[in-house]
Amino acid sequence: MSDNTINIKMNGVAVQCGLEDTILTASKKAGIRIPTLCHDDRLEPYGGCRLCIVEVNGGMRPLPACTTPVAEGMEIRTETEDVRKIRKSVIALLLSNHPNDCMRCESTGDCTLQDLSYEYEVDGSQYEGEKCELPVRDDNPFITFEPTKCILCGRCVRICNEVVMAGTIDFNGRGFDTIPDTAFGKPRSLDNCEFCGQCVSTCPTGALTDKKARGKGRAHEMKKVRTTCSYCGTGCNFDLNVKDGEVVKVTSAYDAPVNHGNLCVKGRYGYDFIHSDERITTPLIKKGNKYIEATWDEALEYCARRFSDIIKKHGKETVGGFSSSRCSNEENFLLSKFVRTVFKTNNVDNCARV
Amino acid sequence: MAGLATSLGAGAATNSLAQMPDIDTIFLFGSNPTEAHPIVSLYLKKALKKGAKLIVGDPRKTWMAKRADVWLNLKPGSNIAMMNGLAHVILKNGWENKSFIGQRTEGFEEFKVQAAKYDLNKVVKLTGVKKEDIIEAARLYADAGKAMIVYGLGVTEHQTGTENAMAMSNLALLCGHIGRPSTGIMALRGQNNVQGASDLGPLPATLPGYQSVTSEAVRKKFGDAWNVEISSQIGKKSVEMLEEACHGKFKGIFILGEDPAQTDPNVHEVRKALKSLDFLVVQDIFHTETTKFADVILPGASFAEKDGTFTNGERRVQRIRKAVEPVAGMAEWQVICKLANYMGYPMNYNHPSEVMDEIASLVPIYGGISYDRLENETLQWPCPTKDHPGTTTMYTDIFARPGGLAKFMVLDHKGPGEVASKDFPLTLVTGRIREHYNNGSMTRRVPGIMELVPEELVEINPADAKKLNISNGDMVNISSVRGKIKARAKVTNRSQAGNVFMTFHFEDALTNILTSEHKDPITGTPEYKACAVKIEK
Amino acid sequence: MASKNNTDIKSLVIRVCVGTGGLAAGSQEVIDEFTKLLKKKGVRAEVLKKCVNKTGCRGFCAKDVLADVIVDGISHTYQLLTAENVARIVEEHIVGGEPVEQWLVGPEYHAFHDKQTKILLHECGHIDPEDINAYTEIGGYNGARKALTMKPENIIAQIKDSGLRGRGGAGFPTGLKWEFCRNADSDQKYIICNADEGDPGAFMDRSIIEGNPHSVIEGMIISGYAIGASFGYIYIRAEYPLAIERLKIALSEARSNGFLGKGIFNSDFDFELKIKEGAGAFICGEETALIASIEGKRGMPRSKPPFPAHKGLLGKPTVINNVETLATLPSIMTKGAKWFSSIGTEKSKGTKVFALTGKIKNTGLIEVPMGISLKEIIYDIGGGMEKKNRTLKAVQTGGPSGGCIPAANIDMPVDYESLAAAGSMMGSGGMVVMDDLTCMVDMSKFFLTFTANESCGKCVPCRVGTKRMLEILTRITEGKGKSSDIDLLLELGKDIKLASLCGLGQSAPNPVLSTLHYFRDEYEAHINEGICPAGVCKSLRRYTVSDEACKMCGKCKTVCPSDAVTWEKKQKAVISKEKCIKCGACYEACPFNAIL
Repeated sequence: MSDNTINIKMNGVAVQCGLEDTILTASKKAGIRIPTLCHDDRLEPYGGCRLCIVEVNGGMRPLPACTTPVAEGMEIRTETEDVRKIRKSVIALLLSNHPNDCMRCESTGDCTLQDLSYEYEVDGSQYEGEKCELPVRDDNPFITFEPTKCILCGRCVRICNEVVMAGTIDFNGRGFDTIPDTAFGKPRSLDNCEFCGQCVSTCPTGALTDKKARGKGRAHEMKKVRTTCSYCGTGCNFDLNVKDGEVVKVTSAYDAPVNHGNLCVKGRYGYDFIHSDERITTPLIKKGNKYIEATWDEALEYCARRFSDIIKKHGKETVGGFSSSRCSNEENFLLSKFVRTVFKTNNVDNCARV
Repeated sequence: MAGLATSLGAGAATNSLAQMPDIDTIFLFGSNPTEAHPIVSLYLKKALKKGAKLIVGDPRKTWMAKRADVWLNLKPGSNIAMMNGLAHVILKNGWENKSFIGQRTEGFEEFKVQAAKYDLNKVVKLTGVKKEDIIEAARLYADAGKAMIVYGLGVTEHQTGTENAMAMSNLALLCGHIGRPSTGIMALRGQNNVQGASDLGPLPATLPGYQSVTSEAVRKKFGDAWNVEISSQIGKKSVEMLEEACHGKFKGIFILGEDPAQTDPNVHEVRKALKSLDFLVVQDIFHTETTKFADVILPGASFAEKDGTFTNGERRVQRIRKAVEPVAGMAEWQVICKLANYMGYPMNYNHPSEVMDEIASLVPIYGGISYDRLENETLQWPCPTKDHPGTTTMYTDIFARPGGLAKFMVLDHKGPGEVASKDFPLTLVTGRIREHYNNGSMTRRVPGIMELVPEELVEINPADAKKLNISNGDMVNISSVRGKIKARAKVTNRSQAGNVFMTFHFEDALTNILTSEHKDPITGTPEYKACAVKIEK
Repeated sequence: MASKNNTDIKSLVIRVCVGTGGLAAGSQEVIDEFTKLLKKKGVRAEVLKKCVNKTGCRGFCAKDVLADVIVDGISHTYQLLTAENVARIVEEHIVGGEPVEQWLVGPEYHAFHDKQTKILLHECGHIDPEDINAYTEIGGYNGARKALTMKPENIIAQIKDSGLRGRGGAGFPTGLKWEFCRNADSDQKYIICNADEGDPGAFMDRSIIEGNPHSVIEGMIISGYAIGASFGYIYIRAEYPLAIERLKIALSEARSNGFLGKGIFNSDFDFELKIKEGAGAFICGEETALIASIEGKRGMPRSKPPFPAHKGLLGKPTVINNVETLATLPSIMTKGAKWFSSIGTEKSKGTKVFALTGKIKNTGLIEVPMGISLKEIIYDIGGGMEKKNRTLKAVQTGGPSGGCIPAANIDMPVDYESLAAAGSMMGSGGMVVMDDLTCMVDMSKFFLTFTANESCGKCVPCRVGTKRMLEILTRITEGKGKSSDIDLLLELGKDIKLASLCGLGQSAPNPVLSTLHYFRDEYEAHINEGICPAGVCKSLRRYTVSDEACKMCGKCKTVCPSDAVTWEKKQKAVISKEKCIKCGACYEACPFNAIL
């Protein structure tokens, strides 16, 4: 054993972990899945949902994997009958305060609670009693909150306060009536919210959803295309969600090297321009004071002729190209190549300084 | 990025963003990342949570400035004096890293003489920053184990922009705060592919990969590959092309995805130039101020409509992928090829990946990059070979300058090109807000964003507002010697007295009508960050 | 000292209780009246403010205002004083030399005290809590002074030897906790006094602080020095204004005496304390929630490990000790570990303060040696049941986290292990005595209502689980229970105990589970027969008059608020089902237990 490793056994298999590992992070290394609702790698361990509880040798009670640091010689069992029974009970309790209306829920197919209730074969019938009846809140452009679907995992509250440090929402109330909310229950506005949608990105149920995408298709209908954001120079990755040839939503790419699923308001919600009806859809040639629609061939042939004429008449040093830091590497390279090989000058510049 | 290139060898950020949480002292200068680079700010916030010290140099009291251990609230355009002053304090107290200076730098003696001239009384006068704050900032930066300078366009968008960047390098070199993880200089890039656009060659003096057109060997390499003779004459910068156009000496331009008629400063001049051209082709996804001057408008494809790569501010080359078909059927790369073919130069690629392969063969820093690798890896250049893992921290051993040493630059305070006067008593600083982006052509087409921020707001300090009898929400006229626009006033102490702040996101309030014609003589970068204006109700 | 009228008096001391309870009963008026009259008579006397708590210093909440009148060293204690009584006491007792017999305390007062062992409460009621000299004169701060001459390791060893265990409820060995913190490597450590006493009916900590605040400060100095903490917080609920006021006075006095601040007691140890007022959330008594609250966050607990001794306040090693634990430390330092460990049982050492309440004659604050039997507490100290015709049913200990011990088991000793083995717990010291008129289902519902309301909402089992248990109990008490409910309660209770994040949830089902264990038949009666055997659950009551037992006195008719009783002289009463609102007034009033 070296000073920097801790040796444990998980379900009988030896696992070597680091000093900073928790049982949950160690389980990932070991390829063992432990269910959880309140954990997000972007957040500090929380231990609220109690689904990740596991048995540790010598322990008086099962321990939450997400918050418990590994210790030398620990023997952990993640799927004992007792542990599974408690998980079932926890899921049953959650479903007892949930609308269980998956058939019409925006997040069907993209909901951890749904997955776990399937996996653990629990429905909402075990405990009857009062349910949350707070109304839907969507008094803002981007974020819809359905309190009845909230399982109080605290991920939205934590990402807002730990990661974004925006302080938009926190828990309100105590006990059964606890609910994440804005200060004084005010609608989200720029006064209290950045609209980064981080809360939506971390919500494991249908409680927080992207308002713009509601009704536009559910997880299984989407083609997800991993790409890089086209706004600032940070280089965040995300998934464009495409349905029927239209980008209807942006979802987080949690394994993105730069942003790990985090996005800002522009990255997450600034995609409407793609399908704007103000897009230029065809080449346009100016005739007098009017722009006349043209085919690509017509337009490019015309451009070629005009540039050639100028070069012939005034020399190659009177033409040039501007490129854009909005365009791809390949396009910038090609424009650079174009000016040098076609115009045969070095009159090429970009707005890289801006 | 010429500043860093001159001092260190390459015009690029020295480290990875992911190293930021481990910084001990953050020196954030001329950057408002919570608005302009929200995800970078998350890294910095993480560092703050872990106990990092924070120095902020900014005329505005930004989110970060409010939380800073030291806020250097310098006058716009006094960056060099500020940096020299900090160097002065460090040298006076013997806080410099002597062994680093001795082993890895050159030009120190000259720099030392220059710094000696910037005693605190002088610096206080030039910058308006309190003496104690300068000393504390110098101590926090010099003392730190891992210190990182993070700067933004508040450094570069000045007529002394290049020198400002050099001044920041000087400071890093002085303390040896470069070439280690979480220790270096991070320039935050304004646009998604500023880095890649610089790297890959649409620059008048360099061929792709910062390879000089004046080098015969370079010209031969490219000439052979492209089957042409490369001109040895350094080309014209965009501002020069426009200037010549005004005088009828420049005739034809192909503008790919830019909007100089809105985003360039002193847009009156730009428009005059564009009007004077014989032939202007503009390719863009939307009609812009610039397309109004075009003879031919070509539809562009958005990032969602094409394959390609972007290189982010930390030199990371990342894929964009086609999610939907281009609205007009062709993406820019296809259009360029087709136009080249029409003009008699055969340019044919089946896919952008082939372009990347050509880039790899010609540009050493991209030498190991291919689409295949990018499927499974994330790579930061320099990545010279197929088995190279990319570079997270630059300059760990040597700098990319001839001889491998970094260079101290001797710099003098010049101030902004235009200062407040009796007629125009306020200094206008421009910048971004979180919700919008550049000329707004994209974000203004997001209904939700327009619901949140429907119009331009001019930020004005309560003291100035009181003097001018302006209340929050009043429509005001803002004018400079070049023009006049209208905007709604937002009274806030985010801007200090004497300074006002506006964005440039709205075409109905063209802020760049006001901004000055002064620009960095080295890069041609306009001085967006300081011009003299007056405000009237 | 001498009066004009009675030159025989050499000294006169009057001690009046001014705890929260005393003040509420009018002790300030009594003091004012004494002062006024003695001045009028020209008698010079020391009218001392005296520490007392709700029950009075001697534990008689019902007997406040209590006052000692000590004439030339001979003390007489009066009970139930009001300002009106003062004139006669001054006239007859102080001036005339004849105590007013009818107002003096009776024999039960002495019985109440004889079985107690007062270490913590010893000074409460004897010294002025707002005067540091009163504390130092009786040896106060000598424990801290001595500790500062010792090596921290040796202090920890001494505390370990003493066998002191945390008095906040869980009973973790105090010395061991300190050792963990001592051994944690850090530039900064903290000691926190947990004075967020939140159990319903508990007032042990408040009484100690109100009566002897310096003992807590001294304890914090000792523990702070032992663990290497130069800074401490006293986290106290804002609902204790008098305790806070006295603490503030005590802190400022300690500071000006050089007992707090830089280089205290002329040593090189710096120690400073700050009061942090809590907003009265029960959960903030949980140590990690308490830490979050001090840090300015919402009071929510976090999982342990890591324990606060390793990662506590602001991430630094922190020891959190309860008021009682801290107040015990000075005497252990001065009298030694051996002395302390000689009191109590093998595993539970020293004394424990309880708030004795419920259907018992002498309710109040008591301090007893560990290992004393419940029987002794109830019958010797407590004086037995409040009402003669009622019998003991059970004793509830540990507040909402604890459980019930049935009357049959009252010979058991009171110590950590025995209480836990009986399905209850020591807790912070609540002790509720219940008679046969207590419905155990209703009682469980009461405690669970408290925990469900006070749940922070963080973890699922506690937030939703206690709510569901409460709903089940509610329907049982309303006569809507199902036959499966008992099993459901048992299952749910077990899962909540196992899966909850913090002590609140882990112990919340205890009142239910322990009553299910000992009084399952009562639950079954509610569910299967629709009867509340104790006659408490309103919905289940059907009041009838027993023909055999009714003595035709008519009391039931006089108390009935809804005119449901038909009665004529020399006739047996009849209760109308239609008119009866099930208030139970007749049941309570009947002297012959004839109403069923």
